[in-house]
Amino acid sequence: MEIEKPYVSSELDRAESAEIEALIASSQQPYPDPVAWIDEEVQRNILVTAIDSVINWGRRSSVWPATLFPACCAFELVATAASRFDISRFGMELMRASPRQADLMLVAGTVTWKLAPALRRIYDQMPEPKWVVAMGACAISGGAFRGSYSVVPGVNLIIPVDVYIPGCPPRPEGLLHGIMMLHRKIARDTISKKGQDD
Amino acid sequence: MTKPLSGPEVARQIGEQSPDAVTGFDETAIFVHSEALLEVARFLKESLEFDYLTSITAVDYFEYFELVYHLTSIKNNYSLVLKTRCAKGEIPQVPSVVSLWQGADFQERDVYDLMGIAFDGHPNLKRLFMWQGFQGHPLRKDFSGGAQD
Amino acid sequence: MALKTEPLVINMGPQHPSTHGVFRMRLVLDGEVIVDMEPIFGYLHRGIEKLAESKTYLQNIPFTDRLDYLASMSNNLAYVLAVEKLAQIPVPERAEYLRVIMVELMRISSHLIAVGSLLNDMGAFFTPLLYMFREREKIMDLFEMVCGQRLTYNYMRFGGVSHDIPEEFIPALKRFIDAMPGFIDEYDQLLAENEILLARTKGIGVLPADKAINASVSGPVLRGSGVKWDIRRADPYSIYDRFDFEIPTGTTGDIYDRYRVRIEEMR
Repeated sequence: MEIEKPYVSSELDRAESAEIEALIASSQQPYPDPVAWIDEEVQRNILVTAIDSVINWGRRSSVWPATLFPACCAFELVATAASRFDISRFGMELMRASPRQADLMLVAGTVTWKLAPALRRIYDQMPEPKWVVAMGACAISGGAFRGSYSVVPGVNLIIPVDVYIPGCPPRPEGLLHGIMMLHRKIARDTISKKGQDD
Repeated sequence: MTKPLSGPEVARQIGEQSPDAVTGFDETAIFVHSEALLEVARFLKESLEFDYLTSITAVDYFEYFELVYHLTSIKNNYSLVLKTRCAKGEIPQVPSVVSLWQGADFQERDVYDLMGIAFDGHPNLKRLFMWQGFQGHPLRKDFSGGAQD
Repeated sequence: MALKTEPLVINMGPQHPSTHGVFRMRLVLDGEVIVDMEPIFGYLHRGIEKLAESKTYLQNIPFTDRLDYLASMSNNLAYVLAVEKLAQIPVPERAEYLRVIMVELMRISSHLIAVGSLLNDMGAFFTPLLYMFREREKIMDLFEMVCGQRLTYNYMRFGGVSHDIPEEFIPALKRFIDAMPGFIDEYDQLLAENEILLARTKGIGVLPADKAINASVSGPVLRGSGVKWDIRRADPYSIYDRFDFEIPTGTTGDIYDRYRVRIEEMR
């Protein structure tokens, strides 16, 4: 049955590819990693510290991931979420599909230039505070596919990354270690520094 | 056991049907002219019952491109390899077999995207893996947009 | 008075919980019915063939793992068989048997995920998937005993496999095989008579046999459409000709048949 398409496929394709080319051109330098936890001598007053610890406890105890499932690492992610290496004990078993309801973006797998605008858009749609974890060698630096014509050599060219978890794919224990590092980072965050970077 | 049909026998049958189509054969494959490809494919599908197209790939030898079609007959359990050559050029043209086997649709788009061989008669020949504005055809040997090593 | 309606174009994008991996579709909807669909691929095109051009044959084996990461051993085997055929390398018998064991375990593991994800998408949010993953963890433990990796194995080599199996492997494998049919029965019992599953899968997504053949479909999808074609039987590679097994097929080619074919294959 022939249906008249209400859009012209080639126009949409051209618009999308223009977007991809623009992103490639603008992503030649990596974003600096947010270094919130190295900065220890920030002046904070007592009131803010107490509020900080409560807020940080709340934030880190139930970080909801918005996952991007590109490739093989996704299966280690789902295996971590499964019953043996339970991610639910950290409060993270709700993989929110919608980025508007998520705090953490776990990039698990190879990112290609074709996927990159979608990745950037999802990152932009996440509300603050948000964190990014690059899981697996492909997300950190392109991994085994670095040098290919279509692979982004490291997702930090497109979005700022907080924690890098090496491995190909990283074992679930490695992923949990990375998540615990992220929790420690969140614990040292402070609300008096909001609006400083990005 | 899938019996690979032998070169000379099938070449003779094709030759009876469409003379001058076959340019050569060896014990693994049959070579045909690219213009006669559609007729030969139709003959193979209808008379010899090759109903399943296993794959279409292309190889870049430096002076020419070679397209390789792997066909299988599920009913009779045979297989056949059909090859055709086309000259290297900007975008060489070869007839499309989509009207015979619908599975050729995406495979031909794949070959167009990565090797730059265009298929006439294809209903929707556009790039499959790379984005539309991508310059060049990655799997050609002279492509140099990446894959540094 | 007739309502004026317009078709709605929606992008079911690369990031979506149901499009496993990164598949994208542009859908044209008329109300809630999809009337047209344009699939868009390429979001995970990593240029493996191009990278493989500049590496040795041995270095390409890990690349083949990542092609279909749910069935890495099978990809390894396909590549290794091709190279062995070209270079005419003979394979010792023990290695052949090990390869078949690994590949069949991989097949079970891949079907587990397929069935689990099917049920996940149909609304049983995570429960069947978790059950499947529990079994899959057992398989992954077996693989880890053999080659040290849980997901991308790099186990096959030209002329055999990379490591021999340790002693604990065979008893563990036997325990797994004895427990598996019981697990599948338990699973099937929970689901086969489930009304929601039946209502959502019977008669939907019908792919008739002749269209399936014309469209070059292969594997469990083809067998679900009723075509009794299994390449392990039709054109045996490795030592499959010594084994006798049944080929399950479906009848109408709807989603339920494809589900049944996978369950039966696991048995």
